[in-house]
Amino acid sequence: MKLRIEFFNKYKISIGVTSVFLILMSIFIIANPSVFLNYRAYMAVFTTLGASIILAATMVFVVASGELDLSFPSVIGFSAWIFAVIVKSGVSPFIAFLVALFLGSIVGFLNGILVTKVQLSSLVSTLGMNFLIRGLIMILTDGIAIPLPFLRDTLFHTIFAGRIGQLPIQMLWSIGYAVICWLIFNRHRFGGHVCYIGDNVTSAREMGVRVERVKIATFVLMGFSSAFAGVMLTLINNSFWPTTGEGYLLLILAAVFLGGTPTWGGIGTIFGAIIGAFILGFIETGIVASGLTGFYKQFFYGLILILALISHRYAGLKRK
Amino acid sequence: MGENNYLMKAINISKFFRYVEVLKNVNFEVGFNEIVGLVGDNGAGKSTLIKILTGVHNADSGELYWKGEKIANHSVPQARDMGIVTVFQDKALVEQHPIWRNIFMGKEITDTIGFINIKKEKEETEKLMKEIMGFTSSTITPDTTLGNMSGGEKQGVAISRALYFDADLIILDEPTTGLSLSETKKVLSFVERIKNTGKACIFITHNLFHVYAVADRIVVMDRGKIVGNFFMGQISLEELEKKMLEITGTGDAEHFGVYSGRKINPGGLNGTR
Ligand SMILES: Nc1ncnc2c1ncn2[C@@H]1O[C@H](COP(=O)(O)OP(=O)(O)O)[C@@H](O)[C@H]1O
Ligand SMILES: [Mg+2]
Repeated sequence: MKLRIEFFNKYKISIGVTSVFLILMSIFIIANPSVFLNYRAYMAVFTTLGASIILAATMVFVVASGELDLSFPSVIGFSAWIFAVIVKSGVSPFIAFLVALFLGSIVGFLNGILVTKVQLSSLVSTLGMNFLIRGLIMILTDGIAIPLPFLRDTLFHTIFAGRIGQLPIQMLWSIGYAVICWLIFNRHRFGGHVCYIGDNVTSAREMGVRVERVKIATFVLMGFSSAFAGVMLTLINNSFWPTTGEGYLLLILAAVFLGGTPTWGGIGTIFGAIIGAFILGFIETGIVASGLTGFYKQFFYGLILILALISHRYAGLKRK
Repeated sequence: MGENNYLMKAINISKFFRYVEVLKNVNFEVGFNEIVGLVGDNGAGKSTLIKILTGVHNADSGELYWKGEKIANHSVPQARDMGIVTVFQDKALVEQHPIWRNIFMGKEITDTIGFINIKKEKEETEKLMKEIMGFTSSTITPDTTLGNMSGGEKQGVAISRALYFDADLIILDEPTTGLSLSETKKVLSFVERIKNTGKACIFITHNLFHVYAVADRIVVMDRGKIVGNFFMGQISLEELEKKMLEITGTGDAEHFGVYSGRKINPGGLNGTR
Protein backbone atom coordinates (compact mmCIF):
# COMPACT_ATOMS: atom_id res chain seq x y z
CA MET A 1 0.00 0.00 0.00
CA LYS A 2 2.76 2.42 0.97
CA LEU A 3 4.62 1.51 -2.15
CA ARG A 4 1.61 2.23 -4.28
CA ILE A 5 1.19 5.64 -2.69
CA GLU A 6 4.85 6.40 -3.30
CA PHE A 7 4.49 5.40 -6.90
CA PHE A 8 1.52 7.69 -7.22
CA ASN A 9 3.36 10.61 -5.65
CA LYS A 10 6.41 10.16 -7.81
CA TYR A 11 4.43 9.98 -11.01
CA LYS A 12 1.62 12.27 -9.93
CA ILE A 13 2.11 14.74 -12.76
CA SER A 14 2.45 12.05 -15.42
CA ILE A 15 -0.60 10.20 -14.15
CA GLY A 16 -2.57 13.43 -13.93
CA VAL A 17 -1.83 14.64 -17.41
CA THR A 18 -2.32 11.18 -18.93
CA SER A 19 -5.73 10.97 -17.23
CA VAL A 20 -6.67 14.34 -18.70
CA PHE A 21 -5.71 13.00 -22.10
CA LEU A 22 -7.74 9.79 -21.73
CA ILE A 23 -10.81 11.65 -20.44
CA LEU A 24 -10.56 14.11 -23.29
CA MET A 25 -10.32 11.33 -25.89
CA SER A 26 -13.32 9.57 -24.35
CA ILE A 27 -15.33 12.75 -24.65
CA PHE A 28 -14.27 13.18 -28.27
CA ILE A 29 -15.13 9.58 -29.13
CA ILE A 30 -18.53 9.77 -27.46
CA ALA A 31 -19.33 13.16 -28.97
CA ASN A 32 -18.15 12.37 -32.46
CA PRO A 33 -17.65 8.64 -32.99
CA SER A 34 -17.64 8.80 -36.78
CA VAL A 35 -14.50 10.97 -36.69
CA PHE A 36 -12.69 9.63 -33.65
CA LEU A 37 -13.22 5.93 -34.23
CA ASN A 38 -11.69 6.26 -37.65
CA TYR A 39 -7.92 5.81 -37.85
CA ARG A 40 -7.71 8.60 -40.44
CA ALA A 41 -8.28 11.22 -37.75
CA TYR A 42 -5.31 9.87 -35.85
CA MET A 43 -3.08 9.72 -38.90
CA ALA A 44 -3.97 13.33 -39.70
CA VAL A 45 -3.06 14.44 -36.19
CA PHE A 46 0.14 12.41 -36.23
CA THR A 47 1.36 14.14 -39.39
CA THR A 48 1.71 17.48 -37.62
CA LEU A 49 2.19 16.11 -34.10
CA GLY A 50 5.79 15.11 -34.88
CA ALA A 51 6.96 18.72 -35.00
CA SER A 52 5.06 19.60 -31.80
CA ILE A 53 6.60 16.73 -29.86
CA ILE A 54 10.13 17.69 -30.88
CA LEU A 55 9.57 21.33 -29.97
CA ALA A 56 7.77 20.66 -26.67
CA ALA A 57 10.37 18.12 -25.49
CA THR A 58 13.19 20.59 -26.15
CA MET A 59 11.32 23.52 -24.61
CA VAL A 60 11.24 21.60 -21.31
CA PHE A 61 15.03 22.07 -21.05
CA VAL A 62 14.72 25.82 -21.60
CA VAL A 63 11.87 26.26 -19.11
CA ALA A 64 13.51 24.02 -16.49
CA SER A 65 16.66 26.16 -16.70
CA GLY A 66 14.54 29.13 -15.70
CA GLU A 67 14.38 30.77 -19.14
CA LEU A 68 11.95 30.98 -22.04
CA ASP A 69 12.46 30.88 -25.78
CA LEU A 70 9.76 32.66 -27.75
CA SER A 71 11.82 32.92 -30.93
CA PHE A 72 11.30 29.34 -32.08
CA PRO A 73 8.29 30.01 -34.37
CA SER A 74 10.47 32.26 -36.52
CA VAL A 75 13.45 29.92 -36.33
CA ILE A 76 11.13 27.25 -37.73
CA GLY A 77 10.22 29.59 -40.59
CA PHE A 78 13.82 30.71 -41.09
CA SER A 79 15.17 27.16 -41.29
CA ALA A 80 12.33 26.09 -43.57
CA TRP A 81 13.17 29.01 -45.84
CA ILE A 82 16.90 28.20 -45.88
CA PHE A 83 16.02 24.60 -46.68
CA ALA A 84 13.65 25.62 -49.47
CA VAL A 85 16.08 28.04 -51.09
CA ILE A 86 18.94 25.55 -51.08
CA VAL A 87 16.84 22.66 -52.36
CA LYS A 88 15.36 24.86 -55.05
CA SER A 89 18.85 25.68 -56.30
CA GLY A 90 19.36 22.00 -57.03
CA VAL A 91 21.44 20.96 -54.04
CA SER A 92 20.68 17.66 -52.28
CA PRO A 93 17.94 18.00 -49.65
CA PHE A 94 20.19 16.14 -47.21
CA ILE A 95 22.77 18.91 -47.43
CA ALA A 96 20.04 21.56 -47.26
CA PHE A 97 18.73 19.85 -44.13
CA LEU A 98 22.16 19.93 -42.47
CA VAL A 99 22.62 23.60 -43.34
CA ALA A 100 19.16 24.38 -41.93
CA LEU A 101 19.97 22.52 -38.70
CA PHE A 102 23.27 24.35 -38.45
CA LEU A 103 21.78 27.82 -39.00
CA GLY A 104 18.91 27.09 -36.60
CA SER A 105 21.49 26.17 -33.98
CA ILE A 106 23.38 29.39 -34.69
CA VAL A 107 20.27 31.45 -33.98
CA GLY A 108 19.88 29.48 -30.74
CA PHE A 109 23.51 30.25 -29.93
CA LEU A 110 22.85 33.97 -30.49
CA ASN A 111 19.86 33.79 -28.13
CA GLY A 112 22.08 32.08 -25.57
CA ILE A 113 24.76 34.78 -25.86
CA LEU A 114 22.17 37.54 -25.45
CA VAL A 115 20.81 35.88 -22.30
CA THR A 116 24.11 34.89 -20.65
CA LYS A 117 26.83 37.29 -21.78
CA VAL A 118 24.69 40.38 -22.43
CA GLN A 119 22.37 39.34 -19.57
CA LEU A 120 19.12 40.21 -21.30
CA SER A 121 15.82 38.79 -20.12
CA SER A 122 15.15 35.74 -22.26
CA LEU A 123 11.43 36.47 -22.30
CA VAL A 124 11.87 39.82 -24.00
CA SER A 125 15.02 39.21 -26.03
CA THR A 126 13.70 36.02 -27.67
CA LEU A 127 10.37 37.72 -28.36
CA GLY A 128 12.35 40.46 -30.10
CA MET A 129 14.29 37.81 -31.98
CA ASN A 130 10.99 36.23 -33.06
CA PHE A 131 9.81 39.45 -34.69
CA LEU A 132 13.23 40.27 -36.08
CA ILE A 133 13.60 36.96 -37.87
CA ARG A 134 10.00 36.81 -39.08
CA GLY A 135 10.40 40.33 -40.41
CA LEU A 136 13.60 39.31 -42.15
CA ILE A 137 11.89 36.34 -43.80
CA MET A 138 9.05 38.54 -45.01
CA ILE A 139 11.45 41.16 -46.39
CA LEU A 140 13.61 38.60 -48.17
CA THR A 141 10.78 36.48 -49.59
CA ASP A 142 8.37 39.33 -50.24
CA GLY A 143 5.88 37.14 -48.45
CA ILE A 144 5.81 34.73 -51.36
CA ALA A 145 5.71 30.94 -50.92
CA ILE A 146 8.23 28.58 -52.52
CA PRO A 147 6.64 25.40 -53.92
CA LEU A 148 8.89 22.34 -53.90
CA PRO A 149 6.77 19.67 -55.64
CA PHE A 150 9.82 17.76 -56.88
CA LEU A 151 10.61 16.75 -53.27
CA ARG A 152 7.72 14.31 -53.22
CA ASP A 153 9.53 11.47 -54.97
CA THR A 154 12.91 11.85 -53.31
CA LEU A 155 14.57 9.46 -50.88
CA PHE A 156 14.74 12.37 -48.45
CA HIS A 157 10.98 12.66 -48.46
CA THR A 158 10.58 8.93 -47.90
CA ILE A 159 12.92 9.03 -44.92
CA PHE A 160 11.51 12.10 -43.21
CA ALA A 161 7.90 12.32 -44.36
CA GLY A 162 6.97 8.88 -45.69
CA ARG A 163 4.63 6.39 -44.13
CA ILE A 164 5.13 3.02 -42.54
CA GLY A 165 1.86 1.32 -43.30
CA GLN A 166 -0.46 4.14 -42.37
CA LEU A 167 1.75 5.70 -39.72
CA PRO A 168 3.42 8.99 -40.67
CA ILE A 169 7.13 8.45 -40.25
CA GLN A 170 7.47 11.86 -38.54
CA MET A 171 6.00 10.18 -35.48
CA LEU A 172 8.91 7.73 -35.32
CA TRP A 173 11.47 10.50 -35.67
CA SER A 174 9.84 12.61 -33.03
CA ILE A 175 9.30 9.79 -30.55
CA GLY A 176 12.93 8.75 -31.05
CA TYR A 177 14.01 12.34 -30.48
CA ALA A 178 11.80 12.64 -27.40
CA VAL A 179 13.20 9.42 -25.89
CA ILE A 180 16.71 10.82 -26.26
CA CYS A 181 15.53 14.05 -24.64
CA TRP A 182 13.99 12.07 -21.79
CA LEU A 183 17.24 10.18 -21.23
CA ILE A 184 19.33 13.33 -21.27
CA PHE A 185 16.92 15.23 -19.05
CA ASN A 186 16.53 12.51 -16.43
CA ARG A 187 19.67 10.42 -16.63
CA HIS A 188 22.42 12.64 -17.98
CA ARG A 189 24.57 15.12 -16.13
CA PHE A 190 23.45 17.83 -18.56
CA GLY A 191 19.78 17.45 -17.67
CA GLY A 192 20.66 17.64 -13.99
CA HIS A 193 22.69 20.80 -14.49
CA VAL A 194 19.85 22.42 -16.43
CA CYS A 195 17.51 21.79 -13.50
CA TYR A 196 19.98 22.95 -10.84
CA ILE A 197 20.47 26.24 -12.68
CA GLY A 198 16.72 26.77 -12.80
CA ASP A 199 16.33 25.85 -9.15
CA ASN A 200 19.09 28.04 -7.72
CA VAL A 201 21.67 29.48 -10.04
CA THR A 202 24.03 30.53 -7.23
CA SER A 203 24.04 27.05 -5.72
CA ALA A 204 24.64 25.51 -9.12
CA ARG A 205 27.56 27.84 -9.78
CA GLU A 206 29.07 27.25 -6.34
CA MET A 207 29.02 23.49 -6.90
CA GLY A 208 30.78 23.78 -10.24
CA VAL A 209 27.98 23.81 -12.80
CA ARG A 210 29.12 25.80 -15.84
CA VAL A 211 26.05 27.98 -15.84
CA GLU A 212 26.58 30.02 -18.99
CA ARG A 213 27.72 27.09 -21.05
CA VAL A 214 24.71 24.98 -20.05
CA LYS A 215 22.26 27.82 -20.70
CA ILE A 216 23.71 28.52 -24.12
CA ALA A 217 23.47 24.79 -24.88
CA THR A 218 19.73 24.74 -24.09
CA PHE A 219 19.13 27.63 -26.51
CA VAL A 220 21.23 25.90 -29.17
CA LEU A 221 19.13 22.75 -28.68
CA MET A 222 15.97 24.82 -29.08
CA GLY A 223 17.30 26.33 -32.33
CA PHE A 224 18.29 22.88 -33.57
CA SER A 225 14.88 21.37 -32.83
CA SER A 226 13.13 24.35 -34.44
CA ALA A 227 15.10 23.74 -37.62
CA PHE A 228 14.24 20.04 -37.49
CA ALA A 229 10.57 20.94 -37.09
CA GLY A 230 10.78 23.54 -39.85
CA VAL A 231 12.03 21.02 -42.40
CA MET A 232 9.43 18.45 -41.29
CA LEU A 233 6.63 20.97 -41.72
CA THR A 234 7.93 21.90 -45.17
CA LEU A 235 7.79 18.25 -46.20
CA ILE A 236 4.12 17.85 -45.26
CA ASN A 237 2.98 19.86 -48.29
CA ASN A 238 6.31 20.15 -50.07
CA SER A 239 6.05 23.87 -49.95
CA PHE A 240 7.56 26.69 -47.97
CA TRP A 241 5.28 29.43 -46.61
CA PRO A 242 6.72 32.61 -45.09
CA THR A 243 4.39 32.09 -42.15
CA THR A 244 5.68 28.57 -41.42
CA GLY A 245 5.84 28.02 -37.66
CA GLU A 246 3.65 30.94 -36.65
CA GLY A 247 0.88 28.83 -35.16
CA TYR A 248 3.24 27.02 -32.79
CA LEU A 249 4.02 29.63 -30.16
CA LEU A 250 1.00 29.15 -27.94
CA LEU A 251 0.67 25.48 -28.83
CA ILE A 252 4.13 24.50 -27.60
CA LEU A 253 4.02 26.63 -24.45
CA ALA A 254 0.59 25.20 -23.61
CA ALA A 255 1.87 21.65 -24.19
CA VAL A 256 4.85 22.18 -21.87
CA PHE A 257 2.89 23.82 -19.06
CA LEU A 258 -0.13 21.56 -19.41
CA GLY A 259 2.32 18.65 -19.26
CA GLY A 260 3.30 19.69 -15.74
CA THR A 261 6.53 21.64 -16.13
CA PRO A 262 6.16 24.68 -13.87
CA THR A 263 7.02 28.18 -15.08
CA TRP A 264 9.48 28.94 -12.29
CA GLY A 265 12.22 26.52 -13.35
CA GLY A 266 14.20 23.84 -11.55
CA ILE A 267 12.08 20.86 -12.55
CA GLY A 268 10.31 19.63 -15.65
CA THR A 269 8.83 16.60 -17.35
CA ILE A 270 9.51 15.50 -20.91
CA PHE A 271 6.86 12.79 -20.73
CA GLY A 272 4.29 15.35 -19.62
CA ALA A 273 5.20 17.68 -22.46
CA ILE A 274 4.70 14.89 -25.00
CA ILE A 275 1.27 14.04 -23.58
CA GLY A 276 0.55 17.77 -23.55
CA ALA A 277 1.38 17.90 -27.26
CA PHE A 278 -0.95 14.95 -27.87
CA ILE A 279 -3.79 16.64 -25.99
CA LEU A 280 -3.45 19.88 -27.92
CA GLY A 281 -3.11 18.05 -31.23
CA PHE A 282 -6.37 16.22 -30.66
CA ILE A 283 -8.12 19.32 -29.36
CA GLU A 284 -7.35 20.95 -32.69
CA THR A 285 -8.89 18.03 -34.54
CA GLY A 286 -11.78 17.99 -32.08
CA ILE A 287 -12.49 21.63 -32.76
CA VAL A 288 -12.42 21.10 -36.51
CA ALA A 289 -14.51 17.93 -36.25
CA SER A 290 -17.19 19.68 -34.24
CA GLY A 291 -17.45 22.32 -36.91
CA LEU A 292 -16.02 25.22 -34.91
CA THR A 293 -13.83 27.80 -36.62
CA GLY A 294 -10.13 28.37 -36.15
CA PHE A 295 -10.89 31.21 -33.74
CA TYR A 296 -11.83 28.64 -31.15
CA LYS A 297 -8.39 27.09 -31.41
CA GLN A 298 -6.70 30.22 -30.08
CA PHE A 299 -9.33 30.56 -27.42
CA PHE A 300 -8.88 27.00 -26.20
CA TYR A 301 -5.08 27.07 -26.29
CA GLY A 302 -5.08 30.25 -24.22
CA LEU A 303 -7.62 28.83 -21.81
CA ILE A 304 -5.65 25.59 -21.42
CA LEU A 305 -2.44 27.50 -20.82
CA ILE A 306 -3.98 29.49 -17.98
CA LEU A 307 -5.75 26.49 -16.46
CA ALA A 308 -2.48 24.55 -16.56
CA LEU A 309 -0.65 27.27 -14.65
CA ILE A 310 -3.44 27.40 -12.08
CA SER A 311 -3.29 23.62 -11.66
CA HIS A 312 0.45 23.78 -10.88
CA ARG A 313 -0.43 25.82 -7.83
CA TYR A 314 -2.72 23.08 -6.53
CA ALA A 315 -0.84 20.00 -7.71
CA GLY A 316 1.53 20.01 -4.77
CA LEU A 317 4.20 21.62 -6.89
CA LYS A 318 5.95 24.06 -4.65
CA ARG A 319 7.72 27.17 -5.66
CA LYS A 320 10.94 27.39 -3.73
CA MET B 1 59.37 31.69 2.94
CA GLY B 2 58.42 30.19 -0.40
CA GLU B 3 54.99 29.17 -1.59
CA ASN B 4 55.96 25.54 -1.00
CA ASN B 5 55.45 25.72 2.72
CA TYR B 6 51.72 26.18 2.38
CA LEU B 7 48.87 24.07 1.14
CA MET B 8 47.24 27.13 -0.38
CA LYS B 9 48.44 30.68 -0.65
CA ALA B 10 46.79 33.80 -2.04
CA ILE B 11 49.03 36.76 -2.85
CA ASN B 12 47.89 40.35 -3.32
CA ILE B 13 44.30 39.51 -4.12
CA SER B 14 42.06 42.41 -5.12
CA LYS B 15 38.43 42.15 -6.06
CA PHE B 16 35.94 44.75 -7.24
CA PHE B 17 32.19 44.44 -7.43
CA ARG B 18 31.38 47.17 -9.90
CA TYR B 19 33.30 50.09 -8.45
CA VAL B 20 33.55 48.86 -4.89
CA GLU B 21 36.84 47.30 -3.88
CA VAL B 22 35.73 44.43 -1.69
CA LEU B 23 39.19 42.90 -1.25
CA LYS B 24 42.29 45.10 -1.06
CA ASN B 25 45.64 43.37 -1.64
CA VAL B 26 44.82 40.45 0.56
CA ASN B 27 47.54 37.95 1.44
CA PHE B 28 46.25 34.75 2.93
CA GLU B 29 47.58 31.27 3.41
CA VAL B 30 46.67 27.91 4.89
CA GLY B 31 49.35 25.50 6.03
CA PHE B 32 49.25 21.74 5.64
CA ASN B 33 47.08 20.36 8.43
CA GLU B 34 46.31 23.83 9.72
CA ILE B 35 42.94 25.02 11.00
CA VAL B 36 42.58 28.71 10.19
CA GLY B 37 39.79 30.68 11.80
CA LEU B 38 38.66 33.60 9.64
CA VAL B 39 36.68 36.24 11.52
CA GLY B 40 35.41 39.75 10.88
CA ASP B 41 32.34 41.93 10.55
CA ASN B 42 29.50 41.28 8.16
CA GLY B 43 30.64 42.58 4.80
CA ALA B 44 34.34 42.38 5.68
CA GLY B 45 34.95 40.23 2.59
CA LYS B 46 35.37 36.79 4.15
CA SER B 47 32.97 35.00 1.83
CA THR B 48 34.34 36.83 -1.20
CA LEU B 49 37.87 35.73 -0.28
CA ILE B 50 36.95 32.06 0.00
CA LYS B 51 34.91 32.27 -3.20
CA ILE B 52 38.10 33.34 -4.94
CA LEU B 53 39.99 30.42 -3.39
CA THR B 54 37.25 28.04 -4.58
CA GLY B 55 36.98 29.46 -8.11
CA VAL B 56 33.47 30.88 -7.80
CA HIS B 57 34.77 34.41 -8.43
CA ASN B 58 37.85 35.48 -10.35
CA ALA B 59 40.14 37.92 -8.60
CA ASP B 60 40.81 41.18 -10.45
CA SER B 61 44.46 40.90 -9.54
CA GLY B 62 46.71 38.65 -7.49
CA GLU B 63 47.91 35.07 -7.60
CA LEU B 64 46.86 31.75 -6.14
CA TYR B 65 49.18 28.87 -5.31
CA TRP B 66 48.25 25.29 -4.49
CA LYS B 67 50.94 23.06 -3.00
CA GLY B 68 53.55 25.42 -4.34
CA GLU B 69 52.21 25.56 -7.86
CA LYS B 70 50.61 28.59 -9.40
CA ILE B 71 46.95 28.11 -10.31
CA ALA B 72 45.98 29.28 -13.79
CA ASN B 73 42.35 29.84 -14.84
CA HIS B 74 40.80 28.87 -11.55
CA SER B 75 37.27 27.43 -11.58
CA VAL B 76 34.99 25.53 -9.22
CA PRO B 77 35.41 22.18 -10.99
CA GLN B 78 39.17 22.65 -10.89
CA ALA B 79 39.12 23.53 -7.19
CA ARG B 80 37.00 20.47 -6.46
CA ASP B 81 39.33 18.26 -8.47
CA MET B 82 42.38 19.65 -6.68
CA GLY B 83 40.86 18.70 -3.34
CA ILE B 84 39.05 21.75 -2.01
CA VAL B 85 35.55 21.23 -0.67
CA THR B 86 33.39 24.04 0.59
CA VAL B 87 30.33 24.48 2.71
CA PHE B 88 29.13 27.83 1.40
CA GLN B 89 27.34 30.32 3.59
CA ASP B 90 24.14 29.93 1.54
CA LYS B 91 24.52 26.11 1.72
CA ALA B 92 24.54 25.78 -2.12
CA LEU B 93 21.58 23.39 -2.26
CA VAL B 94 18.77 22.96 -4.78
CA GLU B 95 15.53 22.72 -2.85
CA GLN B 96 13.28 21.14 -5.44
CA HIS B 97 15.58 18.15 -5.74
CA PRO B 98 16.19 15.07 -3.60
CA ILE B 99 19.12 14.63 -1.24
CA TRP B 100 21.03 12.31 -3.56
CA ARG B 101 20.91 14.88 -6.36
CA ASN B 102 22.22 17.54 -3.98
CA ILE B 103 25.10 15.42 -2.75
CA PHE B 104 26.42 14.81 -6.25
CA MET B 105 25.52 18.15 -7.83
CA GLY B 106 28.40 19.29 -10.02
CA LYS B 107 30.37 16.09 -9.40
CA GLU B 108 28.11 13.32 -10.57
CA ILE B 109 29.09 9.66 -10.79
CA THR B 110 28.76 9.06 -14.52
CA ASP B 111 29.84 6.75 -17.30
CA THR B 112 32.23 7.99 -19.96
CA ILE B 113 29.53 9.86 -21.91
CA GLY B 114 28.03 11.56 -18.89
CA PHE B 115 25.06 9.41 -17.96
CA ILE B 116 24.53 9.36 -14.21
CA ASN B 117 24.80 6.12 -12.26
CA ILE B 118 21.65 6.83 -10.26
CA LYS B 119 21.70 3.56 -8.34
CA LYS B 120 25.26 4.13 -7.16
CA GLU B 121 24.58 7.75 -6.22
CA LYS B 122 21.56 6.74 -4.14
CA GLU B 123 23.47 3.95 -2.41
CA GLU B 124 26.35 6.26 -1.57
CA THR B 125 23.90 8.86 -0.28
CA GLU B 126 22.21 6.29 1.91
CA LYS B 127 25.56 5.23 3.37
CA LEU B 128 26.56 8.84 3.92
CA MET B 129 23.28 9.59 5.66
CA LYS B 130 23.68 6.68 8.05
CA GLU B 131 27.37 7.04 8.78
CA ILE B 132 27.91 10.77 8.79
CA MET B 133 24.66 12.64 8.99
CA GLY B 134 23.29 10.31 11.60
CA PHE B 135 19.89 10.26 9.93
CA THR B 136 18.33 7.11 11.24
CA SER B 137 14.70 8.15 10.92
CA SER B 138 12.93 6.42 8.06
CA THR B 139 11.05 9.56 7.10
CA ILE B 140 14.18 10.97 5.48
CA THR B 141 15.59 8.90 2.63
CA PRO B 142 17.95 9.75 -0.24
CA ASP B 143 14.80 10.58 -2.23
CA THR B 144 13.55 13.19 0.24
CA THR B 145 13.22 16.60 -1.38
CA LEU B 146 15.38 19.26 0.28
CA GLY B 147 12.52 21.73 0.44
CA ASN B 148 10.72 19.44 2.88
CA MET B 149 13.57 19.42 5.40
CA SER B 150 14.42 21.66 8.37
CA GLY B 151 17.23 24.22 8.31
CA GLY B 152 19.46 22.05 10.48
CA GLU B 153 18.87 19.01 8.29
CA LYS B 154 19.72 21.01 5.18
CA GLN B 155 22.95 22.20 6.77
CA GLY B 156 23.59 18.55 7.61
CA VAL B 157 23.31 17.69 3.94
CA ALA B 158 25.67 20.52 2.97
CA ILE B 159 28.28 19.43 5.52
CA SER B 160 27.98 15.72 4.73
CA ARG B 161 28.47 16.52 1.08
CA ALA B 162 31.77 18.19 1.98
CA LEU B 163 32.74 15.12 3.99
CA TYR B 164 31.89 12.70 1.22
CA PHE B 165 34.38 14.07 -1.27
CA ASP B 166 37.91 13.40 -0.20
CA ALA B 167 39.67 16.72 0.22
CA ASP B 168 42.88 18.28 1.43
CA LEU B 169 41.27 21.59 2.29
CA ILE B 170 37.82 21.97 3.79
CA ILE B 171 36.30 25.45 3.83
CA LEU B 172 33.36 26.16 6.13
CA ASP B 173 31.64 29.52 5.72
CA GLU B 174 29.62 30.23 8.87
CA PRO B 175 28.49 26.63 9.13
CA THR B 176 26.92 27.06 12.55
CA THR B 177 24.53 29.90 11.71
CA GLY B 178 21.01 28.84 12.46
CA LEU B 179 22.01 25.59 14.11
CA SER B 180 20.94 24.38 17.52
CA LEU B 181 23.52 23.96 20.26
CA SER B 182 23.86 20.21 19.73
CA GLU B 183 24.13 20.65 15.97
CA THR B 184 26.78 23.31 16.49
CA LYS B 185 28.70 20.91 18.71
CA LYS B 186 28.63 18.34 15.93
CA VAL B 187 30.09 20.83 13.47
CA LEU B 188 32.88 21.76 15.88
CA SER B 189 33.78 18.15 16.50
CA PHE B 190 33.81 17.71 12.74
CA VAL B 191 36.43 20.47 12.49
CA GLU B 192 38.49 18.70 15.14
CA ARG B 193 38.23 15.50 13.13
CA ILE B 194 39.56 17.33 10.07
CA LYS B 195 42.58 18.29 12.16
CA ASN B 196 43.11 14.72 13.34
CA THR B 197 43.00 13.28 9.84
CA GLY B 198 45.82 15.58 8.77
CA LYS B 199 43.76 17.85 6.56
CA ALA B 200 43.48 21.62 6.51
CA CYS B 201 40.46 23.80 7.19
CA ILE B 202 39.34 27.40 6.86
CA PHE B 203 36.60 28.03 9.38
CA ILE B 204 34.66 31.27 9.03
CA THR B 205 32.50 32.31 11.93
CA HIS B 206 31.14 35.24 13.84
CA ASN B 207 31.69 33.49 17.09
CA LEU B 208 35.12 33.87 18.70
CA PHE B 209 34.35 31.15 21.24
CA HIS B 210 33.73 28.64 18.49
CA VAL B 211 36.82 29.49 16.55
CA TYR B 212 39.07 29.75 19.60
CA ALA B 213 38.14 26.22 20.56
CA VAL B 214 39.34 24.63 17.34
CA ALA B 215 41.66 26.92 15.38
CA ASP B 216 45.47 26.88 15.17
CA ARG B 217 45.51 30.44 13.93
CA ILE B 218 42.99 33.24 13.68
CA VAL B 219 42.94 35.73 10.83
CA VAL B 220 40.89 38.90 11.23
CA MET B 221 39.44 40.74 8.27
CA ASP B 222 38.05 44.25 8.27
CA ARG B 223 36.66 46.15 5.30
CA GLY B 224 38.46 44.10 2.69
CA LYS B 225 41.81 43.87 4.44
CA ILE B 226 43.58 41.36 6.65
CA VAL B 227 44.11 43.25 9.90
CA GLY B 228 45.15 40.58 12.36
CA ASN B 229 46.91 37.25 12.50
CA PHE B 230 47.15 35.39 15.81
CA PHE B 231 48.59 31.98 16.61
CA MET B 232 46.61 30.21 19.26
CA GLY B 233 49.35 29.23 21.66
CA GLN B 234 50.40 32.85 21.96
CA ILE B 235 47.19 34.55 22.92
CA SER B 236 44.41 33.97 25.41
CA LEU B 237 40.76 34.33 24.58
CA GLU B 238 40.56 37.48 26.70
CA GLU B 239 43.50 39.07 24.94
CA LEU B 240 42.02 38.08 21.61
CA GLU B 241 38.70 39.68 22.48
CA LYS B 242 40.50 42.89 23.44
CA LYS B 243 42.56 42.88 20.25
CA MET B 244 39.45 42.34 18.17
CA LEU B 245 37.86 45.37 19.79
CA GLU B 246 40.90 47.49 18.99
CA ILE B 247 41.09 46.28 15.42
CA THR B 248 37.52 46.62 14.35
CA GLY B 249 37.22 49.74 16.48
CA THR B 250 33.47 49.46 16.52
CA GLY B 251 33.13 47.44 19.67
CA ASP B 252 30.79 45.29 17.65
CA ALA B 253 29.49 42.69 20.02
CA GLU B 254 28.88 40.17 17.28
CA HIS B 255 32.43 38.89 17.49
CA PHE B 256 31.85 37.80 21.02
CA GLY B 257 28.92 35.59 20.54
CA VAL B 258 26.36 38.29 21.09
CA TYR B 259 23.78 38.72 18.39
CA SER B 260 21.47 41.71 18.28
CA GLY B 261 21.90 42.41 21.95
CA ARG B 262 21.06 38.90 23.05
CA LYS B 263 23.90 37.03 24.67
CA ILE B 264 24.38 33.54 23.35
CA ASN B 265 25.48 31.24 26.10
CA PRO B 266 29.10 30.42 25.39
CA GLY B 267 29.09 27.95 28.24
CA GLY B 268 27.60 25.32 26.02
CA LEU B 269 30.72 25.28 23.97
CA ASN B 270 33.98 25.46 25.83
CA GLY B 271 32.88 28.67 27.40
CA THR B 272 34.87 27.91 30.49
CA ARG B 273 38.21 27.98 28.76
N1 LIG C 1 28.04 39.09 -5.90
C1 LIG C 1 28.21 40.30 -5.33
N2 LIG C 1 27.93 41.43 -6.03
C2 LIG C 1 28.11 42.65 -5.49
N3 LIG C 1 28.56 42.86 -4.24
C3 LIG C 1 28.85 41.78 -3.49
C4 LIG C 1 28.69 40.46 -3.99
N4 LIG C 1 29.05 39.57 -3.03
C5 LIG C 1 29.44 40.34 -1.97
N5 LIG C 1 29.31 41.65 -2.24
C6 LIG C 1 29.67 42.74 -1.33
O1 LIG C 1 31.01 42.55 -0.95
C7 LIG C 1 31.21 42.87 0.41
C8 LIG C 1 31.81 41.69 1.14
O2 LIG C 1 30.85 40.67 1.22
P1 LIG C 1 31.18 39.24 1.84
O3 LIG C 1 32.42 38.73 1.24
O4 LIG C 1 29.97 38.42 1.69
O5 LIG C 1 31.42 39.60 3.37
P2 LIG C 1 31.40 38.64 4.65
O6 LIG C 1 31.33 37.22 4.18
O7 LIG C 1 32.67 38.95 5.37
O8 LIG C 1 30.20 39.02 5.45
C9 LIG C 1 29.85 43.29 0.95
O9 LIG C 1 29.79 44.69 0.94
C10 LIG C 1 28.89 42.71 -0.04
O10 LIG C 1 27.73 43.50 -0.12
MG1 LIG D 1 29.90 35.80 4.49
